Amino acid sequence: MAFVALGPQAPVASQKPTKTGRVALYLLLPGLFYLGLFFLTPLFSLILTSLKAPSATGVIGRYDVALEIGNYGYALGQYAPQIFRSFSFALIATVIALAISYPIAYFIGVTARNRPLLKGMLLTLVIAPFFISMLLRTFAWKQIFSNDSWLLNTLKDIGLMGADSYIIGTDFAVIFGLVYNFIPFMTLPIYASLDRLDLRLVEAGHDLYANSFTTFRKITFPLSMPGVISGTLLTFIPISGDYVVASRDFLGSTDTAMIGNVVEANFLRIQDYPTASALSVLLMAAIVILVSAYVRRSGTEDLL
Amino acid sequence: MKLSLGKYLLPTYVALTFAFLAIPIIYTFVFSFNDSIKSNIIWRGFTLDNWLDVCNQQEVCDAFGNSVIVAVSATVVATILGTMIAIALVRYRFRFRSATNLLLFLPLATPEVVMGAGLAAQFLDFGWQKGLPTVIIAHTMFTLSFVVVTVKARVATLDPALEEAGRDLYANAAQVFWRITFPLLLPGILAAAMLAFALSFDDFIITQFNSGAVDTFPKFVYTAAARGIPAEANVIGSFVFLVAIAIVLVVQIRSSRKQKKLITK
Repeated sequence: MAFVALGPQAPVASQKPTKTGRVALYLLLPGLFYLGLFFLTPLFSLILTSLKAPSATGVIGRYDVALEIGNYGYALGQYAPQIFRSFSFALIATVIALAISYPIAYFIGVTARNRPLLKGMLLTLVIAPFFISMLLRTFAWKQIFSNDSWLLNTLKDIGLMGADSYIIGTDFAVIFGLVYNFIPFMTLPIYASLDRLDLRLVEAGHDLYANSFTTFRKITFPLSMPGVISGTLLTFIPISGDYVVASRDFLGSTDTAMIGNVVEANFLRIQDYPTASALSVLLMAAIVILVSAYVRRSGTEDLL
Repeated sequence: MKLSLGKYLLPTYVALTFAFLAIPIIYTFVFSFNDSIKSNIIWRGFTLDNWLDVCNQQEVCDAFGNSVIVAVSATVVATILGTMIAIALVRYRFRFRSATNLLLFLPLATPEVVMGAGLAAQFLDFGWQKGLPTVIIAHTMFTLSFVVVTVKARVATLDPALEEAGRDLYANAAQVFWRITFPLLLPGILAAAMLAFALSFDDFIITQFNSGAVDTFPKFVYTAAARGIPAEANVIGSFVFLVAIAIVLVVQIRSSRKQKKLITK
């Protein structure tokens, strides 16, 4: 997906898998077994835990196996605002990130196509944020936007912000941080699609008297759709489960808590494993529905 | 007039966006030189002390060391397992192919908090103590699919005729693999390993759920955020950034030279 775009695009010799035999089994088995044990069965542990009931011994953090479906009702009722906020933040941030990233991807993949050095430098700039801890970057924004920062003092001095207004802890700050963190995830797959775009198709559009806007709408954008789909998934999914940006130690406050914040608090602080697990299962279910809609469009082979 | 405006509009936009992307990086770098006391919020003057004596804050150094141990271990295991799967996917026909693809795709599409909580719930059920080994297990799991994706792209560009030629010259299966296939795959495997390392090193959410009392660098930063992050953390972040950028620049310049040759030919 996204990161394949980083290497130079080599021509793909079209080849269908031909060999058969036991070797395939030996090659696949260790890795698939590993994923089975540490990815798949944990999902079942999650479902199992989400149905547990508090232990009869009354010890905090102890739960017995049960079929407590009420945990889901509790989680949905108690944390509806956070669930709603997670998905609306993820949707808004994804749309904004798409709008910001598309022109960048276009510039690198189309405008700079025949200048490998420039292209390489620009790609390096896109991935540069990956090389410095995401938490440090988010914390830097917190300091830049904090109440006594140079930026806020200046904005207040010139009257663009009221003397009592603030940024940290607002929906704006959280969405801002989410957009910032995920721009590279959006840009790279779109770039990969646009980089493969055959420019002769665009020329053909112009030859047929289509203006730039029409060629973009009818040719360039539809052909970059695989990248757009991949980019929106790579942005929407991680954001919907993120809890660093919305944490009150970073850009958020208790008023901006998302599903991730609730899962973290319930699982790691108050040891309410069933509620945390029920919320995780609900989040996963939502993502599976979303992704399977995409899979139905493109098939499993193109996903990887 | 309209044309020239359009000509400069996009490059200007791109330059501005890159400047925007760079702001927190530059901020972190600059504040690594801050003569701070406990927290590192207000600029108090330039100093090299933070860089010269990083381990003055012992916890930062320990956390950094743990991050390196975890990233190296997870990268080695994930790269080996992932490369094997990638070869099988491109070269072999087998049943349950789409189930295999789905199993490999799912970890990429699962929010980290779900993977983290799921694994933690399983460790709880198993009664396993959380610590460095559980973090390594978790990181190997979530980086594995990324390795498969990256190596698979490289295997797909390999010309099977080269391996056939080897067999025609009476090389056995092992010789064909180690003398022909592996050297040709090596750039892809290295790229995958670098990616796995970077992902593991920067991971926070899955780590927080499965590390117990052990700190990794991102986890240290998260915990420290409540009381203020020490400048030493900025030093480590900036140092890692500079090393990574240097590696990428060297790779980019080399590959762009190659491409230029191809274009001018």
